[in-house]
Amino acid sequence: MSKPLIGVILGAVLGAIDGLTAWFTPAVRDQLFGIVFGSTIKGIIAGVAIGFFAKKFHSLPIGILFGVIVGAILAWLVAFMQGGYYFQIILPGTLVGLIVGFATQKYGTPATAN
Amino acid sequence: MKWLSDDKLNRLRSVVSEPDFSATKYTFVKELGRGGMGTVYLAKDRDLDRLVAIKILNTPDITEDLRNRMIREAQIIARLEHPGIVPVHDVGTLPDGRIYYAMKYVRGSRLDEYSAPLRDRLRKFQSVCDAVAFAHAHGVIHRDLKPQNIMIGSFGEVLVLDWGVAKIREDPRPSAAYQTSDGTVIGTRNYMSPEQARGEVDQLDERADIYSLGAVLSFLLKDQPKVSKTAVAISSKATATAKESRYATASDLSADIARLLDSEPVTAYRENVFERTSRWVGKNRFLVLLVLAYLLMRIFLIFTSRR
Repeated sequence: MSKPLIGVILGAVLGAIDGLTAWFTPAVRDQLFGIVFGSTIKGIIAGVAIGFFAKKFHSLPIGILFGVIVGAILAWLVAFMQGGYYFQIILPGTLVGLIVGFATQKYGTPATAN
Repeated sequence: MKWLSDDKLNRLRSVVSEPDFSATKYTFVKELGRGGMGTVYLAKDRDLDRLVAIKILNTPDITEDLRNRMIREAQIIARLEHPGIVPVHDVGTLPDGRIYYAMKYVRGSRLDEYSAPLRDRLRKFQSVCDAVAFAHAHGVIHRDLKPQNIMIGSFGEVLVLDWGVAKIREDPRPSAAYQTSDGTVIGTRNYMSPEQARGEVDQLDERADIYSLGAVLSFLLKDQPKVSKTAVAISSKATATAKESRYATASDLSADIARLLDSEPVTAYRENVFERTSRWVGKNRFLVLLVLAYLLMRIFLIFTSRR
């Protein structure tokens, strides 16, 4: 399995879980579908970026750092658009980036030299 | 009459038994060990100023058959150029007519004396399988694989020794002198395949060595505090009584060892769902911990946001 594909799958799954947790917040429960959809798309975007980075650069610490930065920036953008819940959105988003960064460095077929 | 002391007698005996290297470029250093066919000595190559191991036939009355065997053994090993097979430097005849051949002198310890964690020993075992697979690919069956014939060098290199009873598959040479006759039992009892123990020389193929490799693996697993079922299954498959049930090649056995070391499923053992999950979790411990941390953090956030 390629590194970008691992990033996409993991990003989508964790993004969806991330969105589903909105069900525990009654105030936004009626917007659950939109939140899950948006969160999954965010996870996929992060997964693609981190996966392609892992394909080019083979370094566990740099890969994790890149994942953390991408995850945090995307989560901050979402929180910024929502105008609140910064901590509740940025913390999980950053952790998702960390996990995807680690997984894409550790697993998946590395890029072959031409 | 004056009697010689025991010490003097022993010294005389050892001098008498020392091989006469006078007509060669070697100087005797000491005896290293005695095997079924010959004695191995440590000697110094004066031309190249290095130590070598020299194997010389034990029997003083050398028949043409034994002489041919010695030369054949040297030729077999010389043909097998592989980092896991001890290289032959030279072959020749001593003034008393005995054949000798000089090999690389391997410093280190035998596999049966080698103490290391199981994982390291399994890696060494995998190297042995690779060396044997190489020999098989060149049509050579060792027939006496055992921990005593495997050396671990000072830098961790693995060398398979003592190819004295090796068999060449489909040997085109017509002379029967090179062959072991049917009914002759060759090898070491504890590491010998059932067909080899029965003396079925004509029936022997690469799977006889695979049995011996399985017995070597079993030796390595013996007395280990934590041996996985998978490792035992690999050993059992290699030492199956029916040779058809064993691994088909030494490379297949090596590949299963590699999978065992990489926590991958092996061909010798069918895991249940629980075992598969536990192996996967063990292999991906850090990722599992990260996901668990993520889920815990999620639960934490849910509870804190509800307050």
